[in-house]
Amino acid sequence: MKEIIIDGNSYKFDPGQTVLEVARGNDIDIPTLCYSEHLSITGACRMCLVENKENGSLETACTLPARDGLEVETDNDKIYDARKTVLDLILSDHPMTCMTCEANGDCQLQDLAYQFDIEESSYGSKKEDRFELEERNSFIVYDPDKCILCGKCVRADSELQCSDAIEFSERGFKTKVAAAFDEGLGGEDSSCVFCGLCVENCPTAALSYKPARKKGREYELRKQRTTCGYCGVGCQVELNIKGNEVIKVDSVYDDTAPNPDGEMCVKGRFAYGFIDSPDRLKYPLIKKDGEFVESSWDEALDYIADNLSRIRDEHGGREIGALSSARCTNEENYIMQKFMRAVMKTNSVEHCARL
Amino acid sequence: MAGLAKSFGSGAMTNSIDEIAGNDLIFVIGSNPTENHPVIGAKMKRTVKNGTKLIVADPRRIELAEYADIVIQQKPGTDIALLNSMMNVIIEEGLEDTEFIEEHTENYEELKKIVSFYPPEKAEEITGVPADTIREAARLYASQDKSAIYYAMGITQHKSGTENVTSITSLAMLTGNVGRKSTGVNPLRGQSNVQGACDLGALANVYPGYQSVTDPDMKDKFEKAWGVEGLSDEVGLTVVEMFRAIDENKIKALYIMGENPALSDPDQGHIEAALEKVEFLVVQDIFMTETAEYADVVLPAACFAEKNGTFTNTDRRIQKVNKAVEAPGEAKADWEIICELSNKMGYEMDYNSTEEIMEEIAELTPIYGGVHYDRLDKEKIQWPCRDREDKGTQYLHKGGFIRGKGKFYPSHHIPSIEKADEEYEFIMMTGRMLYHYHTGTMTRNSQPIDEHVPDAYVEINAEDAEKMGIKNGDRVKIGSRRGEIETNAEIVETVQPGQIFMPFHFAESPANRLTMDELDPEAKIPELKVTAVKLQKT
Ligand code: FES
Repeated sequence: MKEIIIDGNSYKFDPGQTVLEVARGNDIDIPTLCYSEHLSITGACRMCLVENKENGSLETACTLPARDGLEVETDNDKIYDARKTVLDLILSDHPMTCMTCEANGDCQLQDLAYQFDIEESSYGSKKEDRFELEERNSFIVYDPDKCILCGKCVRADSELQCSDAIEFSERGFKTKVAAAFDEGLGGEDSSCVFCGLCVENCPTAALSYKPARKKGREYELRKQRTTCGYCGVGCQVELNIKGNEVIKVDSVYDDTAPNPDGEMCVKGRFAYGFIDSPDRLKYPLIKKDGEFVESSWDEALDYIADNLSRIRDEHGGREIGALSSARCTNEENYIMQKFMRAVMKTNSVEHCARL
Repeated sequence: MAGLAKSFGSGAMTNSIDEIAGNDLIFVIGSNPTENHPVIGAKMKRTVKNGTKLIVADPRRIELAEYADIVIQQKPGTDIALLNSMMNVIIEEGLEDTEFIEEHTENYEELKKIVSFYPPEKAEEITGVPADTIREAARLYASQDKSAIYYAMGITQHKSGTENVTSITSLAMLTGNVGRKSTGVNPLRGQSNVQGACDLGALANVYPGYQSVTDPDMKDKFEKAWGVEGLSDEVGLTVVEMFRAIDENKIKALYIMGENPALSDPDQGHIEAALEKVEFLVVQDIFMTETAEYADVVLPAACFAEKNGTFTNTDRRIQKVNKAVEAPGEAKADWEIICELSNKMGYEMDYNSTEEIMEEIAELTPIYGGVHYDRLDKEKIQWPCRDREDKGTQYLHKGGFIRGKGKFYPSHHIPSIEKADEEYEFIMMTGRMLYHYHTGTMTRNSQPIDEHVPDAYVEINAEDAEKMGIKNGDRVKIGSRRGEIETNAEIVETVQPGQIFMPFHFAESPANRLTMDELDPEAKIPELKVTAVKLQKT
């Protein structure tokens, strides 16, 4: 049996696994920024450094293949200092505006700064923005000043959504993530379809959902997993709720779902505003002299029951029809057809599958 | 989905979304996944990047065509001729799966006879697709180990919808591409719970689980279970038939739950007249829809985020819908409303939760027999799932068809009802687009979406536009034999000359004012994909 030694303990591993994967599978904490189990591995951020005991070198755990007899350490002063230096450098070009930041409480960079106790980068901190905010579309805001160039958004876009809408552009200090011809997402030549996977994968607030801005922060939100109400794919989604309002929709990562890598589309991600629309129907309405008048449930249901009973008793159930709905649940469709069949004694119950 | 049920014994997607990654070949016909099932569209792109072959057949040059090995742009309404010709090539060149045909199918001789009339040169005349392209497509489809077909409304919304589908099932059977992983015939369902609405008996001819209303044993079973007598053993009316029946004074009351036929159904003028005429109309919905305006009583319903229950997705997967927020005002879940109404009418429906309803469903619906809420949180359950021990079914027809033997139902080319002529020079296709959904009740009330795509449009081929002096954004009038609407022109290369495409989500430019309610006689689906229209700059 093949085994690898991490922090003095032996662990079994599967062929192809990296040191990071073996460690995570055994609850050994290694910090990461550019790694995601749903994306290809680039080893770009160097946060996941571990020490290879064979030669004392520091290597990135996310790219280091597990092999028989390999011995690594994940936690010693040398590693701590190296990781802290990596972080220190990233933070030197990151605005320290957590107070007002959308990602406060939901930021991997902030978590690491806390963990490594960096209040301000030793290289001095970023006082002025170097880039412009990009928000020429209705869905996604990109703030390159908060971008740590981990590349997860670019990979999610090209590997999961396969849109190839964003790329790294420019070089060196000016590097940022950009859409075609620097037009911004959704521009004339942009292939972006606003699935939101880039935002979902962003470890900071470099990418954020425009409609959710200023609506609430992570620790104020309640989460509820459910099935998306749009097309027939049945994506699993996580509604984020503040008070009684859905304010954004996050991905769910679950192998039993049709979207195991958190894939979604623009409707599932952004078309939730209708839920809280002021135009929703709130009370039963009965038409009296051509005008709708609010009524109580009792009055409305009595009125319906009287009319349906009358028509059924006078003409027979076959003169009554019902349209059930492809947007209602299984249970509701069952109840509707049961009602029509058992109470109205007709099979004229349909829905618009045919349309 | 009548064609699929006829050939195979079940009308559902045979294989699973998870199996797309294993396809050797993907054949997309009459479906635009990147717009209508975007997550499936992206999965297809991902698979193709990894080497899977792709054939795309659609009158429009859809996005997936950019990734395809073979692109086919058949004329609208000529799918049967195209598919027959592909089968003709496969048989001519000996690429069929003889063993599979012998062991698992019937009526093969009939198929052979009919497709023999469709050599590629003849099909080219009908479909406008070069004969050699048809040959290449046939060879590519037949030569791969695991070929899967995906289709949607582009196939079914025709007068010949049922025959279109049986032509697809024939192609799959001919090459043995059913009953194995990552193959199959896969209709992609357009709405969150179309599959479930069918499964649970919101169909005029079947009880939940496709148990026939004309079968005396079924009638007996449901009478006992529901404690009633005299269940009707007569097949009911379908949607379009109900509206006709109103016309003929044969339907007096209509109860509409969560549908908006005034916008979604063909020949809108006719639908509106029927909604006006019906003696008693109840509409239960989340907004005051175009349809609700006609109602005698409007009941406020909870939306998907405000209630519990389950949806069944396009690959037969039953998944939980969980309540996240409270419904506005006094709005209630649809099931609660119907139960209260039933109680008032003297038939008791007392359920404390949707879970209790699912328990009843499981008892009466063999394909849902093993569906229980506690399982749904941890397991992937795809029907048929017959009992607690049953893990569900990832792909259908393994080792043999549900029907016993798969049956070939070959058909000759059936011309569409309307053709372009001097007066109505264009063929209009209707459909959905990425940003909006169905009649727009939800998406148009969601601000960023409506801000991004605020208005209806019609896609016009660039050559046609130039001839007619129409520029991008110009207002144009579109008229059919049934009505006229106005909208914005969008000049594209993706529709062919002589054809236009229009999404139907927009009340201000309702495409369905122009369409006709002529039905596929078996599936009762209207022909929405081929309407003869005239086009004019305003
Ligand atoms: S997580 Fe390993 S290098 Fe970024």
